[in-house]
Parts: sequence; structure tokens; C-alpha cells
Amino acid sequence: MSEIRATAYDSKIEGNVIFTRFDAALNWVRKNSLWPMPMGLACCAIELMAAAASRFDIARFGAEVMRFSPRQCDVMIVAGTVTYKMALAVRRIYEQMPEPKWVIAMGACASTGGMYRSYAVLQGIDQLLPVDVYISGCPPRPEALLAGLMKLQEKISGERSFRNQKSELAEKLEEAFG
Amino acid sequence: MTEQELLHSLANVYGPKIQHQAEFRGETTCAIAANDLREISKFCRDKLLFDYLIDITSIDDFGEEPRFEIVYHLYSMPHAVHLRLKLKVPEDSGAVDTISDIWPTANWHEREIYDMMGIRFNGHPDLRRILMWDGYPFFPLRKDFPLEGLPSEMPDVAFTKVTPLEGGPFVTVPSTATSKDREPRARPPEL
Repeated sequence: MSEIRATAYDSKIEGNVIFTRFDAALNWVRKNSLWPMPMGLACCAIELMAAAASRFDIARFGAEVMRFSPRQCDVMIVAGTVTYKMALAVRRIYEQMPEPKWVIAMGACASTGGMYRSYAVLQGIDQLLPVDVYISGCPPRPEALLAGLMKLQEKISGERSFRNQKSELAEKLEEAFG
Repeated sequence: MTEQELLHSLANVYGPKIQHQAEFRGETTCAIAANDLREISKFCRDKLLFDYLIDITSIDDFGEEPRFEIVYHLYSMPHAVHLRLKLKVPEDSGAVDTISDIWPTANWHEREIYDMMGIRFNGHPDLRRILMWDGYPFFPLRKDFPLEGLPSEMPDVAFTKVTPLEGGPFVTVPSTATSKDREPRARPPEL
């Protein structure tokens, strides 16, 4: 008679204890489930769509859930030319996103204004939002967006999330435990 | 009708009012006075069957008087003929009668000219800016508006800043030279 075993999860971990830092666990969860706000404003948005489709498949990095409501998003991908007419609307959408949140400036226009040295175009979204990752290209290929996303994941995994976001609680714990 | 027959019928009725007539590559341009625009437009549409207003454009002849020019590009679907009407607008009046009731497509074209060049259209049903926002204080396609823009501020709506043009502006040179010499390059103003 053969024995029936559950194989759906790693039974070696079950019932045991894993030691890690709280920040490491928290960041690991966050970086592998980045829900993007697709701020598609120009041709970069086409490459953003290609990155989400089957050939490039941004789902491999846990960022496939494009949310069109800023309240459900973690990372804003500013893909395209930001005109002055649109600029404050972009900022308003960013302000509606819950913390913690990150910004990717995708392409030359979102990073610097690109080829539009013009009265009508904001010369880089970093004048309004704190940008974490800049991606070069006009427009960048989907691989470049994925590389930028991986850079952002690296950045998130090095963040001191607990201290930054729960500073009062962190101080109290330090007082209590030294 | 051919183009020549159409032009004859136009000249028969409005001959004295056509100030100047030029032909280029089979298309005719008629210069008229701003006051005659509506009358001639109605005649062109109803009698000559110019049923399609392709575009309205405006030109800033900065430093000349009268300063502005407006060009109406007409096309007749039944006759397959192009016609351009051209008129001058002085800066101090800065207004022309609207033709948005004759060709409804003129509505947005006239709004764009108002937005970019600052020419007003008498009798327009909804003369608001179309590209820039309401409250933007400049007319950006005028020749005396700098390429890098001017600062402006409308709290909670929009702002503009002066664009850095290091090494620029990047402009073309109108000439008969090869495209290598004409193409947009950084050409600082002192050169």
C-alpha cells in the first residue's frame, strides 16, 4: 500500500520557522506585486501595452494588474509627453494613490520633455512627482520597461520600509527593546 | 463645370470685389476684403457648389500692416475643384465675421485660430480656446511669442515655465540648399 502525500506545498516548511528581517519580508511581498497605474499619454503607452501582452508578459514580474483607479495602484508609469495642460491632472491622480507608491518615468518625454522643447510641454515629470526610475528611449522597447521595473524592484527590496512608514511605532519599539 | 467656368461665374458677380487672383499648380487663390467674406462664401457654397471647407489657416506677417492673413481652403465635391479665399486682418480690429453657420466645420477651425493667433470671430457661437486652457494669457503662434514660451500660472488649473533651449533653438533654414543644410539644427540666434 503506497502512502498518500500532500504535494501542493513544500511540506518541509510546514510547521517550521523561517527567520528573516521584517523589512525583507515586507519588501519581498511588495516588489513582486506592483500594480501599475498606466498613465499613458503618448506613443510610449503603445509600448506599455506591448509589455503587458503575451510576447513580453509583464505578469512574469507581478505587475500585470493595470488599474485604472489610482486608489488601487502602487506604481505610476508615466508613459508619454506631459503637456502643461495635463500636468496638474497627472499630479492629482498621483496624489490619489495610496502609500507606499513609486513612479517610473517611461521614455524621453516623461523624463526630460524629450524632443518637445516647446511652450506647451512640461520638461520632465520630475518637476511635479518624485521619480524613482527613468527609462531612456523614444519610445523605449518593452524590454527596457521590464528592465526599469526590475530596477524598481531592486530599489524596493533595499528600502527601510518599517522605519520609513511606521516611524512612531519604530521609535517606541526601539525604546522598549533597545 | 470646369475650374475656368467656376471662376468666370465668380468674377461675373463679384469681379470688383476680388482684389487679386493668382494661380499655382491648377489651384486658384482669390484675395478679398474681410467685409465681403460672408457674401462670397455663401455664393461659393450655394451657387458654385463648394460644399467642403477643407481648412482655415492664419498667418502672422509680423512687422507688416495689416498684420494677419486668413486663408480659407475650399473644395467642390461635384466639380472636383479647389479654391482659396484669402483676406487680411489688421491688428487693431483683430476680428473677422464667422462663417461657422455657412460651413459648420469652421466652428473648431476658428476656435483654433483664436487660440493660437488671437484673431476674434464676430458671431461665433462658442469662441473659447480649443488647445490651451481658458485663462492662458498668450497667443503662442504669434511671431512675437518666444519659442521657449513665457511663464504663466493659474492655480489648480495649469502653469507654464520657460523651456531651456541650450544649444538651440532648433530651427530650419529656408533656402534652396540641400536638405542637409536646411534641416533643423541648433542655431543660436547670434549666428
